[in-house]
Amino acid sequence: MTTTAAPPAPGAPRTAPRRRKWTPSRSKLPYLLVLPALIFELLVHLIPMLGGLYMSVLRLTQFFLRDWLNAPFAGLDNFAFALDLDSAVGSALLKSFAVTAAFTVVTVGASWALGVFAAVLLNKSFRGRAVLRALFLVPYALPIYTTAMVWKFMLDQGDGLVNTTLGAMGVTDGETFWLLGNNAFLSIVITQVWRLWPFAFLVLMAGLQSIPADVYESATVDGAGIWQQFKSITLPMLRPVNQVLVLVLFLWTFNDFNVPYLLFDQSVPNSANLLSIHIYNNSFITWNFGLGSAMSTLLLVFLLLVTAGYLAFTSRRMKDA
Amino acid sequence: MFKRSLAAMTAIAALLTGMLTGCGTSAEDRNTITYWASNQGKSPAQDMEILRPQLEQFTRETGIEVNVEVIGWSDLLNRILGAATSGVGPDVVNLGNTWAASLQATGAFVPFDDRLMQRFGGRERFLESSMSSTGMAGEVPTSLPLYGLSYGVFYNKELFAEAGVRPPQTWQEFVRVAKRLTKPDENQWGVTLAGASYTENSHFAFMFSRWEGTHLVGRNGPDFDSPEAVTAVKRYLDLMAEHQVASPGDAEQGETSEAAAKFTDGDAAMLIGQNSVIPTLRENGMPDEEWGVFRLPAPSPLPANARPVATHVAGSNIAVFKDSPQQEEALQLVRFLTGKKAQAALNKQYGTLPVVKDAYDDPAFHTPKNEVFAEVLTHYSEPAPMIPTEAHFETTVGSAMRDLFARIATGREVTESDVREALTDAEQKMKGTGG
Amino acid sequence: MHEPTWFRVLRVVGLVLLTLFVVVPLYVMATSAMKPLGEVTDTFEWVPGNLTLQPFLDMWSTIDLAAYFLNSAIVSVGAAVVSVLLAILAAYAISRYEFRGRNAFRITVLSTQMFPGILFLLPLYLLYATLGQATGIVLYGSKLGLIITYLTFSLPFAIWMLVGYFDTIPRDLDEAALIDGAHPLTALWKVVLPAARPGIAAVFIYAFMTAWGETLFASIMTDSDSRTLAVGLREYSTQTSVAWNEVMAASLTVSIPVVIGFLLLQRYLAQGLTAGAVK
Repeated sequence: MTTTAAPPAPGAPRTAPRRRKWTPSRSKLPYLLVLPALIFELLVHLIPMLGGLYMSVLRLTQFFLRDWLNAPFAGLDNFAFALDLDSAVGSALLKSFAVTAAFTVVTVGASWALGVFAAVLLNKSFRGRAVLRALFLVPYALPIYTTAMVWKFMLDQGDGLVNTTLGAMGVTDGETFWLLGNNAFLSIVITQVWRLWPFAFLVLMAGLQSIPADVYESATVDGAGIWQQFKSITLPMLRPVNQVLVLVLFLWTFNDFNVPYLLFDQSVPNSANLLSIHIYNNSFITWNFGLGSAMSTLLLVFLLLVTAGYLAFTSRRMKDA
Repeated sequence: MFKRSLAAMTAIAALLTGMLTGCGTSAEDRNTITYWASNQGKSPAQDMEILRPQLEQFTRETGIEVNVEVIGWSDLLNRILGAATSGVGPDVVNLGNTWAASLQATGAFVPFDDRLMQRFGGRERFLESSMSSTGMAGEVPTSLPLYGLSYGVFYNKELFAEAGVRPPQTWQEFVRVAKRLTKPDENQWGVTLAGASYTENSHFAFMFSRWEGTHLVGRNGPDFDSPEAVTAVKRYLDLMAEHQVASPGDAEQGETSEAAAKFTDGDAAMLIGQNSVIPTLRENGMPDEEWGVFRLPAPSPLPANARPVATHVAGSNIAVFKDSPQQEEALQLVRFLTGKKAQAALNKQYGTLPVVKDAYDDPAFHTPKNEVFAEVLTHYSEPAPMIPTEAHFETTVGSAMRDLFARIATGREVTESDVREALTDAEQKMKGTGG
Repeated sequence: MHEPTWFRVLRVVGLVLLTLFVVVPLYVMATSAMKPLGEVTDTFEWVPGNLTLQPFLDMWSTIDLAAYFLNSAIVSVGAAVVSVLLAILAAYAISRYEFRGRNAFRITVLSTQMFPGILFLLPLYLLYATLGQATGIVLYGSKLGLIITYLTFSLPFAIWMLVGYFDTIPRDLDEAALIDGAHPLTALWKVVLPAARPGIAAVFIYAFMTAWGETLFASIMTDSDSRTLAVGLREYSTQTSVAWNEVMAASLTVSIPVVIGFLLLQRYLAQGLTAGAVK
């Protein structure tokens, strides 16, 4: 450390020289503040992740698990194997990746759109607003197991609500298999959106609250319509919140495991075979943790790249704004 | 000022260390062993009810306390895996007997060599078939059978009487009977199956391939796409495809419970299931006298070197962790649970079969229905592939069949070459992930 | 503020559709919870025939529901409280200070959120087991281990979200306090936190729900004494039977306290800068 005093934060409007004594401890304060968070992340994430990375270069099958530190070294074999697109394993991984990407785009987009829609509609107080706010949060409060069960129940081919209702209305013949083949993709999307959009709603609602009302008032005076206000005030003001929200939704969805796992009794159709399910099957079911860890590492690298790109892009836009 | 921020930090740190030391307790009681029991009953609570009197008896006889935890099947293997890898876990554990070879390969379990077997009354005391599913062939087993299961065909007596049919003796007759019982307009089907369950599918692939005289997993590894294997798998799929005696909706059933519900609702006249399903039939309100059971019939005539296998050797095993500091006490528990009295009492309540011969003295296991299951288990069974990668076999073959069922259900044709292609792909995956 | 007619129509239509989307599955849950088991799996009917409250009684004895609920509550509240506390401190440092390593910290913490759970599940289990053997602090299979695990799951985003919320709070507010000679932590406590209440409430809910719903780690790292609801509820379904009605009844019942908690927090959610803190 070369500075003994914390420089004023950039963008702070107050630039008048502060005649205050900064004790040396002040410069240590931010470190003390972040330290506890860092310790826990080290313990639970970083150290085990190093273990996981190490596993990815081992031939770690059930023969070696018990003494896994001494499992035979496999070099990059596991990676080569996972990426060999000509083999059944490699092409399955690629397919799973494509499914996951599509699932993520659709789910995040729909969840965010529903969330912002509901947040804007509920931003003005009216009778019954509190009830609706609470109601919309209920799907988020339900255990995932239950959500999956109830959708599985509704999407059942023979007796489910969806087929019964669509059939009675004459929209379909009422015999669609929602949980099989390509329709399984729709099933995981709708289930995930149902339980995820309330979170987007929650975060955006809190974000809207911090937009001072007088900003809107002056805009109204200037004659801006609702849509213009939304575009020129609401969205820009929500940017810091959105930046994080979209990232959370993206990572949750991309890494989602529970919805397909619970919806299909652990026997997931190809169109719903998300990466984490794929990796789970290739490590916990077949007990080849070397291969599973290699696949996870590839997934990690991909997510890091996407996130870095995303942050660089959104941060620049925020500065431009 | 700095002191105050420091104080705040210290307070948080103190809070956390307090939590650390306060919640963490590790009591090592010499006279207590931990036992992970599999979920055999209709709920873990019922399991506890059934196990408790037996374990209390064990404590009275030996002075050893048992700390039992009932674990659902969906978590059990992962929990065992964690315990085997870390060396921190229970002393005694139940396992699905098809996992026997996989778990044997970890080297985490006490081998039951001939000398040790003397304590349990010798190998001969156990059913030969159940004993065949305790580890790789020719190696010292690392688990012992505990509960015996086998497949049978449950049939609805009323529907059989209405249609004027009797339990079939051959597969050809079985299909004919099923057709007679199928009335799609009334939503009544000859048979119901769990087409989305990869484990169920793989069991039938195994049995039916034995009818063709082939092994899906032979000495040289997996061979899923031989003409015989394709015929075998197609035979099962044809229940829905060619013969149309199973509802297309079955392609969506991922669990036996769903098929069982279809059977008890009268929507299906037959259900090919293990004897563990019997309590569910009762639970669903179908009285015992309304259903009967017969052995799954093989085709006639059978090709040379084929066998009329009607079940894989199904059931649960029990094993002792090598890392257990109380191996001796653990072995005593195994001896108690495989003893004549406990075997009779437990298997009676679970609706399973004893795995030791002397427990069959109990008349409860000689009802006509139990005789069917016992006969199938002793004379018409073969162990599922006893290889360390058995789970690969189940997932690859079973999932391929699940996808084929889905195609059939959605109205697409599945030809022999489609089946072969799917099985070739499965074989590649199995060879690929072998590590 | 005057709203055009189209917007009012949109509001009504939009809210009705959203309400239907949310309510229909809840309605299915509620009616299934009140049917005898034999009828649950029959063809769905909007108006159920036989209603019974029996599942609401049976659900307590089929599995140890009360204990699992208590475990879930302890673990989720514990993880959420600690996570929010740590996140507030870290977010304040990031939002209000320039310090060397600030960005490195931000990125490191955020990147942990990218680790696929499958990658470090087994290593973490091994680490906890090793720590347990070495120090006697039992982390695997204990509620404490779960609390620590879960708090780190929500911590990265809790920090990031709070930085986002803190950044929207004008610096004039706490700068003014600092100039008056207040300690930075006092400024945080007295000035920033009250203004950031909606954000903190949202982050608390997020941290709570992260712990409340987690299944994968709980399925391996809990035993009968620490099993949480997310895992425990699955015990209603065994290999041969599924107590559908009891699953639904239990899920509704355990969700009620959570929803009430949300309702209580709503007061804070709707109480930010609009309350007139900016002056």
